Amino acid sequence: MNASVLAADLPYWAQALLRVLGGVVAVLLPAGTIVYVFLFKMMSFMQSRLGPMEAGPYGSMQLFAEVGKWLQKEDITPERADRFIFKIAPLVVLVSTFLLVAVVPFGPDAWFTNFEAGVFYMLAVSSVSVLGILIAGWASANKYSLLGGLRAAGQLIAYELPMVLAVIGVIIQAGTMNLQNIVVAQNAGSMFGWDGLGNPFVLTQFVGFIIFMIAVQAELTQTPFDMPIAESELVSGYMTEYSGFRFLTFFIAEFATAGVFSLIASVLFLGGWGIPFAWFGWDSMDSVDNWMNVVGPLIMVTKMMLLSFVIMWVRFSYPRFREDQLQRFAWKVLVPVSLVNIMITAILKVAF
Amino acid sequence: MSTDSVAALPGDSVRERIVDDLRSSIGDALLDSLVKPNDDVWVRVRTDAWRQTALALRSLGFDYFCFLSAIDWMPSPFGKGEDDPTAPPPERDDTIKQGYAGGSTRLQVLARLVHPTLHVGVNVKCDVPDDEPVIESWIPVFAGANWHERETHEMFGIGFAGHPDLRNIYLPSDFEGHPLRKDFPLLARIVKPWPGIVDVEPLPGGSDDEEGDAE
Amino acid sequence: MTSTESLIDRRQLSYIAAQAADARLNVELETEGMTLNIGPQHPATHGTLRIIARLDGEQVVWAEPSCGYMHRGYEKLTEVRTYPQVTALVNRIDWLGSFANEVPFILAAEKLMEIEAPPRAQWIRTILFELSRIANVSLFLGDLGVQLGAITPVFMAFRDREYVLNLIEGATGGRFHPNFDRIGGLKDDLPAGFIDETRVVMKKLRNFCDEMENLLFGNEIFQSRTRGIGVIPKDVAMQYGLSGANLRASGVDWDLRRDQSLPMAWNKVDWKVWTHPDGDSFARCWVRLQEVRESTRIVDQLLDNIPSGPVMAKVPRIIKVPEGEAWVSTENPLGEMGYYVVSKGDLGPFRTKIRSASFNNISIVPWVLKGVYVPDIITILASLYFILGDIDR
Repeated sequence: MNASVLAADLPYWAQALLRVLGGVVAVLLPAGTIVYVFLFKMMSFMQSRLGPMEAGPYGSMQLFAEVGKWLQKEDITPERADRFIFKIAPLVVLVSTFLLVAVVPFGPDAWFTNFEAGVFYMLAVSSVSVLGILIAGWASANKYSLLGGLRAAGQLIAYELPMVLAVIGVIIQAGTMNLQNIVVAQNAGSMFGWDGLGNPFVLTQFVGFIIFMIAVQAELTQTPFDMPIAESELVSGYMTEYSGFRFLTFFIAEFATAGVFSLIASVLFLGGWGIPFAWFGWDSMDSVDNWMNVVGPLIMVTKMMLLSFVIMWVRFSYPRFREDQLQRFAWKVLVPVSLVNIMITAILKVAF
Repeated sequence: MSTDSVAALPGDSVRERIVDDLRSSIGDALLDSLVKPNDDVWVRVRTDAWRQTALALRSLGFDYFCFLSAIDWMPSPFGKGEDDPTAPPPERDDTIKQGYAGGSTRLQVLARLVHPTLHVGVNVKCDVPDDEPVIESWIPVFAGANWHERETHEMFGIGFAGHPDLRNIYLPSDFEGHPLRKDFPLLARIVKPWPGIVDVEPLPGGSDDEEGDAE
Repeated sequence: MTSTESLIDRRQLSYIAAQAADARLNVELETEGMTLNIGPQHPATHGTLRIIARLDGEQVVWAEPSCGYMHRGYEKLTEVRTYPQVTALVNRIDWLGSFANEVPFILAAEKLMEIEAPPRAQWIRTILFELSRIANVSLFLGDLGVQLGAITPVFMAFRDREYVLNLIEGATGGRFHPNFDRIGGLKDDLPAGFIDETRVVMKKLRNFCDEMENLLFGNEIFQSRTRGIGVIPKDVAMQYGLSGANLRASGVDWDLRRDQSLPMAWNKVDWKVWTHPDGDSFARCWVRLQEVRESTRIVDQLLDNIPSGPVMAKVPRIIKVPEGEAWVSTENPLGEMGYYVVSKGDLGPFRTKIRSASFNNISIVPWVLKGVYVPDIITILASLYFILGDIDR
């Protein structure tokens, strides 16, 4: 939402307002879309049922009905709970989502902030949600919640590392930690001199992409890594004691984070908002036409839907791991593989 | 991992042999036995030989523990609950008469063990002394007897010597009485007698013209 | 496939680890483990079973089920009812395979009366028995997925179980509690079109089994969650009186449909008894899956040569069962379901001992849960497969 999009110089407060609104849209829109398209409809079709059909055409208004339902519910705090901590925990989780979306570039000028160390920041703030989950589990004064919170902490820490290591390959190839520059590096790049597709890192960093998506799955606590929630064991884990609006907050945060991580994955591996620059003869960031600020977000949404489809697909079709198996998988498979990936990437980078 | 072999179904000679083997194993502790042709085996053993019987049967190959329970042979003083609660209680025959393989006490413990390859079971009965209803526990022989003995304990008030944890399994721990004893009234029936004790609905097929009619 | 011995070793090792952990907890750190109440209201307990588990971290040091939250006293209630009325009670024991509960009781009463149902009734009984097995176990297969975190199989299970329930409803008039079996035969003959419809449904069910095998049993995560978990060796299974698929999964070749002579039609058709040598959770689930397949085969073959004739033998209008004692057990969906009926020549039984499968199957839980992790509690409970009404009666 840079000033140049609107072809007018906006005052600082207007820009700030615009960024906040854009952030809210960028969080809520993916969350709502993912919930309706995937959670309500796709899951139903996979399970030979129709899903919501009554509220609006094909149940498209179901989302509003659900939100209305949750808002009406009583906000219960358990008697022995640490009340203040209990109440802010869902907000902490949601804040992490908002912090994440802040670095995602949607177009050449359509960004909220343009960090030089964007990747670093992204990896750092994505862990904030762990804090929220952990304190939610602790503050609920419920044994199931506590187990869920502890599982979440152990799991998210274990999967933070493969995620970081998977991204390092991208950073080495792009030579920058700025997400905007990573997009440019992919779209302005070429493969063996052929620039028809640019150089999306999903091809060269395929191993990294897979590891990143697995880590995202774990980070989001989606099946097969949903032990912190584990309806059949821990009765929704850290969310057990939450009701009404606070449960809704957790819910939004979960799916918004799924959307934001899909956005980040598409920036890091699928070329982000860009189209191969060679198609229009652009060669660098400055020569990109202004209309990309409108088309770019659409491209990003398409890629996000694609990746979150994969996330949800896995979620609906897999059973869940056991906690120790998950840790073993993270430390014994993902971390070594991503280290090897980094090494090979570095060698090739130096060689070419 | 599948088997097509249809096992030979046990004959009465097998059942006779089982009783003989058991007799040679526990001697005169085997008080009575009944082999019903083409049906089943009942044996009654002495109270003090209860665990010994289990060991003997297990060494005969009866590895499979099916169930353990008890029977209260006293006729119910409440009948089937069809009495009018306002009328004076009717006279009932209250002589205690035991079933197969006889017996001399009101309470009898009943267990069933099965031979896994011969596919023949044996029902073991044992009198429980009326004055002190305690009998040896089978847990050292069959670990699975644990819950069955707990159930029998709470339902019949029979103690099992050597049971590590004779708590109630179904009933609340402060429940009084032993529900499956015949003198424990089924209150629902006492309060309101049930009229449906005689089933007067005509049974299908009772008359020949209805039979085999598909709707 | 790993050999049984090494799996048992692993189990014992984890048990030793649990013991050591408990000792460490108590001696060195002087901390306490956490007692976790799983149930009575918990999605994994199919009703109101409560499992009290002492945890060290996520490892179970000691666990014990506590039942009785749904004890209905059927053994006492049978003593104040007539023989035909008892079927309505025993329907509710294993409520997912209701018809199968009626059969052994009716057979026991028939044995005492020394009558036998006409061949057509035996055939239809067997068909309905197997249909209730399919309805029961297909729900188990779906539920298994839910317990392990896969949400899709349960909907497929419900979809295909619906066809079977429709068949049972068409024949008996009741979806869950048919109350269809009578002493001396059945209440009614099969409705028109039942046979063709059943053939179609059996085909669907076989597809469902294939689907389940691909979706669930072939999945690596499912396998890693179930293989080697909750291993029950043969001798322990026999001691605890496990029955049905739980026993066959421990390698015991035992099926009451084949191994005893009952006036039913199982020995008239060709089918297999599946066993598995491992005795772990996977084996139990796998054996059940094969059982559904065999049941569809049994039903198909029975439909091919169903005899004609009456479905009801000549019985007196008011049924008085002669004095005597009888034990009849059948291979129910959950395992061996038996009734020890004591008759005093009265209108109703003098004493009925209901030997339900889940009671024995769950009594092994304290033994098998030692040293496992919390998620494995759910796996083991799901794979042992109990229905609460079958435990509490």
